[in-house]
Amino acid sequence: MKYYDKLIFELSKEGRKGYTLPENRLKNYSLTALPENLKRKEEAELPEVSEFDVVRHYTNISNKNFGVDTGFYPLGSCTMKYNPKINEEICSLPSFTGLHPLQPDSTTQGALEVYYNLSHALAEISGLAEFTLNPYAGAHGELTGLMVMRQYHMKRGDLKRTKVIVPDSAHGTNPASAAVCGLQIVEVKSKPNGRIDVEDLKPLLDDTIAGIMMTNPNTLGLFETEILEIAKLVHECGGLLYYDGANLNPLLGKCRPGDMGFDIMHINLHKTFSTPHGGGGPGDGPVGVAKNLVEYLPNPQVRKAEDGTFYLHRSEDSLGRVSGFVGNFGVLMRAYTYILTLGKEYIKYVGPLATLNANYIKESLKDCYYLPIEGVCKHEFVFDGLLDKSTGVTTLDVAKRLLDYGYHAPTIYFPLLFHQSIMIEPTETESLETLDEFIAIMRKVAKEAIECPDEVKSAPHNTPVRRLDETTAAKHPILRYRDLKAM
Amino acid sequence: MNYKYFPHTDADIQHMLDRIGIKSMDDLYADVPESVIVKEYNLPSALSEIEIREFFKELGNKNQQLTIFAGAGAYDHYAPAVISQLISRGEFLTAYTPYQPEISQGTLQYIFEFQSMISELTGMECTNASMYDGTTATAEAMLMAIAAGKKKNKILVSSTVNPNILEVVRTYAKFHGVEFEEIQAEDGVTSKADMEKKLEAGDVAGVIVSSPNKYGIIEDFDGFADSIHAKKALFIINADPSTLAVLKTPAEWGADIACGDGQTLGIPLNYGGPYVGYLSCTKDLVRKLPGRIVGATKDVDGKRAFVLTLQAREQHIRREKANSNICSNQSLMALYVTIYMALMGKKGLQEVNELSYSGAHYLYEQLLATGKFETLYNRPFLKEFTLRSLVPAKKVQEKLLENGIFGGIEVEDGCLSFCVTEKRTKEEIDKLIALIKEM
Repeated sequence: MKYYDKLIFELSKEGRKGYTLPENRLKNYSLTALPENLKRKEEAELPEVSEFDVVRHYTNISNKNFGVDTGFYPLGSCTMKYNPKINEEICSLPSFTGLHPLQPDSTTQGALEVYYNLSHALAEISGLAEFTLNPYAGAHGELTGLMVMRQYHMKRGDLKRTKVIVPDSAHGTNPASAAVCGLQIVEVKSKPNGRIDVEDLKPLLDDTIAGIMMTNPNTLGLFETEILEIAKLVHECGGLLYYDGANLNPLLGKCRPGDMGFDIMHINLHKTFSTPHGGGGPGDGPVGVAKNLVEYLPNPQVRKAEDGTFYLHRSEDSLGRVSGFVGNFGVLMRAYTYILTLGKEYIKYVGPLATLNANYIKESLKDCYYLPIEGVCKHEFVFDGLLDKSTGVTTLDVAKRLLDYGYHAPTIYFPLLFHQSIMIEPTETESLETLDEFIAIMRKVAKEAIECPDEVKSAPHNTPVRRLDETTAAKHPILRYRDLKAM
Repeated sequence: MNYKYFPHTDADIQHMLDRIGIKSMDDLYADVPESVIVKEYNLPSALSEIEIREFFKELGNKNQQLTIFAGAGAYDHYAPAVISQLISRGEFLTAYTPYQPEISQGTLQYIFEFQSMISELTGMECTNASMYDGTTATAEAMLMAIAAGKKKNKILVSSTVNPNILEVVRTYAKFHGVEFEEIQAEDGVTSKADMEKKLEAGDVAGVIVSSPNKYGIIEDFDGFADSIHAKKALFIINADPSTLAVLKTPAEWGADIACGDGQTLGIPLNYGGPYVGYLSCTKDLVRKLPGRIVGATKDVDGKRAFVLTLQAREQHIRREKANSNICSNQSLMALYVTIYMALMGKKGLQEVNELSYSGAHYLYEQLLATGKFETLYNRPFLKEFTLRSLVPAKKVQEKLLENGIFGGIEVEDGCLSFCVTEKRTKEEIDKLIALIKEM
């Protein structure tokens, strides 16, 4: 295929049009009547292109992209499972997409029912009392969840609880969300077996602790075996437990964060509940809470009246509003479709099959990649680079070489506990054949690292573009076409 | 357990268990305390695809399709058919964040185009890869001002800003420990005198206003930038990007940060989401700009390419020292509005505004002529306006609703706002007017 290298602006030609609009039948009223000082002086330089120009252009650039639909995407911590097509059909139904968010509740009963039933299905799956679906993304859910935590302490007049404990293996968003929420971060160490060190935790627990943020399984894909003890200790000191739902997938069908003692959690619908990542969003980050925290959830809340109708509710004790309306509703439609499609009969296999796939890859590769922590993992695991460190081939090189072979790279250099982290998460929707092919390629790359290291170090070779000059990009940022053209 | 989303056969599973060296699937969870193992969920039974379609068709019937004469943060603009077809391509839809630029040039390129087009509309030098929505983009603009303001810890927000935006900013301010103060309105617009008085009191990191405001009024910010900059605070304008094809840009008003919701660029109402926020700023502030930013560069062979850049600002590098916790953007919706802007182009967006203006001003005049409304503020507007209702507001809303029209949002006691976009026909407008006349 011919390499396509155009920006939409470069197709522009004065006078071309890509739209039609109805004729103006009310020409007596014209913008020209607006005071001059309220109008812009120069036209915005948007492209002038035909409709077909647009179709070809975006089709061509889509060919330079790699999605789950294209091939295997073993990106750790991202749960790149198949995004069912029926979800896309359902979320596009005009009977839902045409609803204005401020329409009276009486005219949006179907939409409110989706919201209410999805939030209760998530509550059932999580073992918590109630969910808000308003937060727009995982990080937004984290922030909202931490706001719930602080609101709880504030409402009790316990104002000195301003610290939150975060494990050293946590996702970067955890400490960042805590900081935005006005909390100080206290780090708790991991033991050599990758789990939280309870002995290190104990002295941190005092009356300034608002709570702890955890993922379970943690970012190494390992189940926090001492979770019940941790929950007991944190609750005894008056803190709350926050569950980062980024790693919820392996628990589906096996256990629930609420039963482990978590009080607050967020879910990434775009991970566990199959909604597409969309190149980085929109996702949705529902936040669930235990019964005593329900009133603190953000406004508006969706409630069910005694007569069975649904309504938007404004709680006086709420932490406030975190979104324009009720979240990324289109994403909620997809997640609800997914849950109804699987039903109780099949949803229970999601976690075990994802876990099976991860362990299968781990066991098939640990003789050529360094596995720092042995034992059964959950949905993902981490290698600390190649087993043979003498070749000089780094994790980055391995990742780039995989692109040549038609795979997306695993997550690399995260978690920060190891220097050469390669984090692999296969998800339950991948077949044995796909895993075997991937394993074969991973072994081949390990072999190449020994036999022809330069080939690996200079990878990728077959991708639309090769390694990029990121340093110059950051030193002299060019962030818009106007500046690019001027060069 | 054979199922359409799980490719595992029983033999596959056995083979895999053997490789792992365990006997059963349960052994994968041997380290989970027995007391928390769940037996079965209390969830509905699985539905086939035929049943799913039927289920949602029935649910959809519980919603009412209305003719929209309302705005207040969500606008019923036209979307060309091309957009939904293109954004459904799996290469866009099912991709992750473009962390591997060599196989993500599609995403990176459209984000670069998005940044470029939004910068054209706002007149600002830098735009990020998009935000969740307009309300959170405004809250992030506040965080930027606080981070840039060193020790200053107060934010002033005009009371003419849409109440949902105001409330989200207030929530972020409360938890971040920022002092939040409202600027009074005077005759439907931000009081410059009150703003200057509050700036004088000191400690102000930023001032937030909006255009058009919650009444639909296009505010005149003449002299605002000077007053704000004299106190070393940042000037933040929340602006509807669609209107910026014709209205004075945030850059022309002297703003340091522009933000808002891109929903007006053809995104369906979607019961409130997904929409897309945008956040733009001056060059000086780019290192305070949160979220993802795409820049142009070259690959080792000298080919032009695009890449996530200035990542040292972001949470995955700076962790608790990052100015924002934002991780993703609203990428697919950024693509949505990018394709919209490409199709509508320079002239189309102006035409959309012209049509909306004409319809809205016709409705405005005709509603006043019914004698059921009177002028609230006599100020310029584009597609949205607010009138004082002389009949009880609730009665107006109900009458319209009974006739399949959603319009007349109560902005203040007894004051109703209406919005007309290019989608509303003269017949629809006349029908609304006739219904009011009947009252």
